[in-house]
Amino acid sequence: MTAAVDTVGTTASGDRVSLLRVLGPAHVWALGVGIVLVGEFTGWNFSADKGGSLAALIVCWVVGLLYTSVAMIDSEVTSTVAAAGGQYAQAKHIVGPLMAFNVALFLVFAYTMLEVSDAILLGDTIVAKAGVDGLTHNSFIAATIVVLAWLNYRGVLMTLNVNFVITAIAYVSIVILFFSVSPWTQGAVLKLNELVTPGNALPYGWIGVIAAFQFGIWYYLGIEGTTQAAEEVRSPARSLPYGTMAGMITLLIAAAMTWYVCASLMPWEYLGITPYPLWDAGKLTGSPLLENLLFVATLLAALASANGCINDAARAWFSLGRDRYLPSWFSAVHPKYRTPYRSILFLLPIALAFAFIADLNQAITFSILSGVLQYTFMSINIMMFRRKWPLGSIRRGYTHPFHPLPAIVLFCLCVVTYFAIFLGFGSQLIAMVAFYFLISLWFHFYRYKFVRRGDQFSMPWPKPQGY
Amino acid sequence: MWLSLSYACWGISVVLALWMLYDWFKVDTSYSEDVLTSSREGELEAVSEKHRI
Repeated sequence: MTAAVDTVGTTASGDRVSLLRVLGPAHVWALGVGIVLVGEFTGWNFSADKGGSLAALIVCWVVGLLYTSVAMIDSEVTSTVAAAGGQYAQAKHIVGPLMAFNVALFLVFAYTMLEVSDAILLGDTIVAKAGVDGLTHNSFIAATIVVLAWLNYRGVLMTLNVNFVITAIAYVSIVILFFSVSPWTQGAVLKLNELVTPGNALPYGWIGVIAAFQFGIWYYLGIEGTTQAAEEVRSPARSLPYGTMAGMITLLIAAAMTWYVCASLMPWEYLGITPYPLWDAGKLTGSPLLENLLFVATLLAALASANGCINDAARAWFSLGRDRYLPSWFSAVHPKYRTPYRSILFLLPIALAFAFIADLNQAITFSILSGVLQYTFMSINIMMFRRKWPLGSIRRGYTHPFHPLPAIVLFCLCVVTYFAIFLGFGSQLIAMVAFYFLISLWFHFYRYKFVRRGDQFSMPWPKPQGY
Repeated sequence: MWLSLSYACWGISVVLALWMLYDWFKVDTSYSEDVLTSSREGELEAVSEKHRI
């Protein structure tokens, strides 16, 4: 085997092969919003089943607060720790290796399970549209996962260019739907005052609102994925905060429009169980054009989400390999395409296997659980970050306001969400926590001896206060 | 039409999966493991950014 890197001109410096710095703020936006937007097309509406239409609106805003805290905290830390792996690299530098290992697993689980859910959704949507006997979703699931893995394998720039276009189309379709139903007039198309009344707004009372948190997460789940692009953006300190915060604003607007249109067209009993709330809203307008637009947009949103998830899960796995938390074999970078190709290929059959055997609800729940565990870590992480490296001690690309209020809000809302998940999926919550406990024991007593301890801390920071 | 699309999806999946396996084999046999796993975290920041307040 020979190292012919120089002949193809792909190295970043000397004979090293690194990820390619080619992305800008628009790609960061496309990655974050692309992963999340599918939640408007399915997922959020199950919160109406838990607590009614008004509960779905309340969690839209309260969970929006949770994610605004996530975006602000993430932007500050990531603009300082600009490395692939995102929250994993943050945890490694700020908390320690065991936390970092767990966070990386949260990331890989959250994104792989979300990718699986997206592929199942896409397959089911096509089968529902076709209405043909004997047609199953398996071929569409396989094509979604393999084609997107191939795209990710071939390079991050094209991957996120594609994500930008399809995410923008899906987003514009929500805006078109919103303005097509005359949102300023009740009674013509929309009937919010008839469908949400004081008698049925909160059918299960305030406990229904708490239970709705579990699916309210879907309005914004995955926006924190922008940080995985840290090592591939041209200017991390500028692009990451800008792309993440722009993405969060975009999603808050999309979530509000989606709730308003859907809650004004469907009774909560139906809204809470349909797998396609926006597509159904398109049908209910009576316009074939809107119906078909929302069908296509549902597919594009699922594709964009799965695409971003493959990108993020592969980078988290790659980072684990690079620090020898897993075999370093996973840290290989493709010398031509400059992607973590072995990590992409390793996770491909795992996603396929889960997509073929797992139930959509199970996959979604595992994704949400891993996500909430990660957000809990972030609230603790930012407190430690500010204590160890106070403002002025290191350069920050962005400094989030009102500290420690966002961290406290984030932590409290995570606790509420755990309770909500426990109400609906208690056994899965316990099983998942047990899994992370056991894998932590494996890492501490077996795997950590392979780690080169000095090499893993790469940021040129001063010593933390108190050390 | 939908059944044809379904068969086309299987076909595309198989072709792209085989292409990725072929490219993986080609890369792994053309480059040394040291080069392929030479990426280092934070390397560019350390080189390109002077850490001053």
